[in-house]
Amino acid sequence: MKLYNGPIIIVGLVIFLAIFLLPFYISGGKTAAVPKPELPKKSVATECVMPTEYMRTSHMQLLNVWRDMVVRDGDRIFINEKGKHFNMSLTNTCLSCHDSKAKFCDSCHDYLAVAPVCWECHLVPKEKK
Amino acid sequence: MGVDRRKFLKIAGISAALGLGGSVGWQLLRPGQLDAAEEPWNTPYQWVTRDHGALKEVPNPRALKGKRWGMAVDMKKFTPATAKAAVEACNYYHNVPSIPTKQDIKWIWLAPYKNVFPEVENPMAGDYTDMDYITMCNHCDQPPCVRVCPTKATFRRDDGIVLMDFHRCIGCRFCMAACPYGSRSFNFQDPRPFIKKQYDGFPTRAKGVVEKCNFCAERLAVGKLPYCAEASGGAMIFGDVDNAGSALRKALRGRYSIRRKPNLGTNPQVYYLV
Repeated sequence: MKLYNGPIIIVGLVIFLAIFLLPFYISGGKTAAVPKPELPKKSVATECVMPTEYMRTSHMQLLNVWRDMVVRDGDRIFINEKGKHFNMSLTNTCLSCHDSKAKFCDSCHDYLAVAPVCWECHLVPKEKK
Repeated sequence: MGVDRRKFLKIAGISAALGLGGSVGWQLLRPGQLDAAEEPWNTPYQWVTRDHGALKEVPNPRALKGKRWGMAVDMKKFTPATAKAAVEACNYYHNVPSIPTKQDIKWIWLAPYKNVFPEVENPMAGDYTDMDYITMCNHCDQPPCVRVCPTKATFRRDDGIVLMDFHRCIGCRFCMAACPYGSRSFNFQDPRPFIKKQYDGFPTRAKGVVEKCNFCAERLAVGKLPYCAEASGGAMIFGDVDNAGSALRKALRGRYSIRRKPNLGTNPQVYYLV
């Protein structure tokens, strides 16, 4: 069996492999650091509206339900499993405890490359320093 | 030499038997092995929606309740100063941008009599025909915008407010074509750079959605009157059209009122007292 244009093909393959493997070389075989979203200080809040496990996996569904309750039904008060009442508001309730969008929301969203459109309309309160 | 008919049928039969019996056999020998793995996110909440319980809402105890909200503008008390105050209050508290082109966004604005009341003569308007009138969404009883909206982004609430759900709006602008009062504006661009002073208590809008006056639904929910009614110093009266004892009905009883384009049958709920 004869390889036609052998040198060109082999050089091309080497260049392709080099470019393809470059990211692995640059990262040195390590994975990107898993994000650690910064929780509010204990003095601000110790509990979220729902259990942490639920919030971690399903906060987007919860926000969608909140959105429908407020806009379509006109009801603004949410009762959680423990019977506590909350005003259903992303900016005024969620972000009043999680006061840094960059350190909380964005840390995971950036890592997972998801870009929720919430912030096109909903405002982020200016961070206190 | 390929496969003859007899051999082919044998293979087919054995394959079918294996296919039918395979998973049953597997279940007998290693029960549970083929079930979907128990994922950590398969919590009882995974598919929680409003229909499946678990999440509860209650109406705001302080909310103003009405069967049919409406507005009356008393043109006797109405001055350019009150108009300015009302428009500015609305624009500020709703983050309505000011764009110096035809792409401007309007929730509440001023227009001359002849533009506000075309087609139908109002002989009783008399002295008030050379004034500017304040105009906004009429929150019609038969809203054409709601009929044409393909996504139900705009809808009529039980209390009569015609509301926009900006989350659902796809920007088709059918509602703008349907509205006979020009009460709707389209965001041709990101409105945020055009908001002079941002109010943090209300969201802005995004490029590609239609917006309009919401009769301050967010204010009614916390027991307050709309911003324009509050800022107008009594020239704009907000109330329940269905409640004979409301301030609005009292105002309507005492004076002659006109409405915009009554010939269209939309039954607008903004009345002008002349």
